[in-house]
Amino acid sequence: MATWLGWQIESNWTDPLLFATYSIIKPLAGASILVVMYAVITHGNFSAPMFQWIYVGSALYLYVGSIMTGISWGVVDDRERYRMLKYLYAVPTPFAVYLLGRGVSRFITGSFSVWITILFGVIFLKIRQSPEHFHPALFVVGLVLGLATLASMGLVLGAVVLTLKTHTEQLGDAVAGALYLFSGAAFSIAMLPAWLRPLAYALPLGYWLEVMRRSLLGPPPAQFATFAAWSDGQLLLALLGFAAGYALLAAGTLKVCVHSARERGMLDQVSNF
Amino acid sequence: MFPAVHKRTGWRAALMTIFGRAYPRVIGATRELSWIFFEIFLPLVAVSAYVFVYRGLGAPEAYVGFVVVGGAMTAFWLNVLWSMGSQLYWEKETGNLGLYIMAPCSLMSILLGMALGGMVATSARALVILLLGAVLFHVHFAVSNFAQLFAVFMLTMAALYGLGMMFSSLFLLMGREAWHFSHLAMEPVYLVSGFFFPLRSFPFWISAAASILPLSLGLDAMRQLVFPPGTIHPFLGVKLEIAFLAVLAVLFIAAARRLLDHMERLAVREGRLTDRGA
Repeated sequence: MATWLGWQIESNWTDPLLFATYSIIKPLAGASILVVMYAVITHGNFSAPMFQWIYVGSALYLYVGSIMTGISWGVVDDRERYRMLKYLYAVPTPFAVYLLGRGVSRFITGSFSVWITILFGVIFLKIRQSPEHFHPALFVVGLVLGLATLASMGLVLGAVVLTLKTHTEQLGDAVAGALYLFSGAAFSIAMLPAWLRPLAYALPLGYWLEVMRRSLLGPPPAQFATFAAWSDGQLLLALLGFAAGYALLAAGTLKVCVHSARERGMLDQVSNF
Repeated sequence: MFPAVHKRTGWRAALMTIFGRAYPRVIGATRELSWIFFEIFLPLVAVSAYVFVYRGLGAPEAYVGFVVVGGAMTAFWLNVLWSMGSQLYWEKETGNLGLYIMAPCSLMSILLGMALGGMVATSARALVILLLGAVLFHVHFAVSNFAQLFAVFMLTMAALYGLGMMFSSLFLLMGREAWHFSHLAMEPVYLVSGFFFPLRSFPFWISAAASILPLSLGLDAMRQLVFPPGTIHPFLGVKLEIAFLAVLAVLFIAAARRLLDHMERLAVREGRLTDRGA
């Protein structure tokens, strides 16, 4: 039901054609920023393996913004705009399930964006995927584990938003934008200063993108050799650990934040300034 | 038949309105300081990612400076989109718009107050990104002409906020599409305005078309003025860009005024503009 509601909110504001255009332009423009940056420096050497790795990584990263923003924005939207959050909290459905449902609708639109972006790369930017490098099993398992982890991260963010009064509108985008630095999507984690690298290794995004890119493109290029020594199995095991760890973290954070929001009267708060 | 409401006009009423609307935003920001983390620290981290992209590609260090300046200016675009463009629509959804339209002061002053109030956080964010970006990434600024830099910045802001006021009326007339348009107008504008690379990276006609957005010319001129000569291949000369920015500022502010008047008349005549969910 929450997914259906979220989908209606996301999509029924216009006709399907305009909605599809909207869903295409935004992610393509985001990817094009990197494409232009790359083209300016390398004089358009799009056939390099490094570019394929950057492009596909950045396209997949769109999932991070979609899912995290979907859940956290659901809290703001239902609380401030539709003023339904307190009722949703009171219904006998687990609150986390409702929030996840709101996130699923953004996941659907996000999937559209991700695969349109990749398709654009294949058609116009020489992104080549050779069949011998495609590992469907790795792809599916990596995608499921990664999305489960992202959903938990989104729940953590949504829970935190419950306890905030101000400046929550752009929070999902801001967090996703900041995590981009630690994801290794467009540059190797090894490029980060030594004091920042542990944070990147402590987050699941780098592992997830490595699995996804390996499953689609094969072995990483020399510029992205951070996880070169890791086998596929090791990476999946790490992802499984992250998925379990973040699920626990999400459950704990949600419990604490919902309690705090309830005690402070923030479930039906409207900021209005 | 009720007599028409006479709204207070003149600079004194405008200043009082601007102050009155800016006040809750400024005070609100001091009540919960989490915005410092979310609106300054996180965007700084996001901008840093683009610096590392360039470093990963082995780009000349000048590009790091372009990213820092562009990253700082993203704050103003977001402020215009969300705190001006979408604001009246949001006020409608939260039930305040009717009060604004009934209030005996101009809507333009109310919008300006919102913008100025929001600019406290925006300017802080832009300044911190500039300063910390300069320190962390060793960006060397060498301002060649302070007067021109001041003129470029002020004209860019005037044109940009004029555009924001125009958006606020248009978005209100659009309804829910407005919200989505605001989302849509982020990455494409970052792209065509050259936030993370020089505007001249595009073919001439694309850059020329992008110049309708004040930040495109503003950024190009600022980069010419804050970096040593020869660092950037400019799209146009600074003086020409100042002239274009002045034209844009006048055009957008005049258009914003007409649109706001139109929207206000519509609200009074049809009585439906303030309906939530419409």
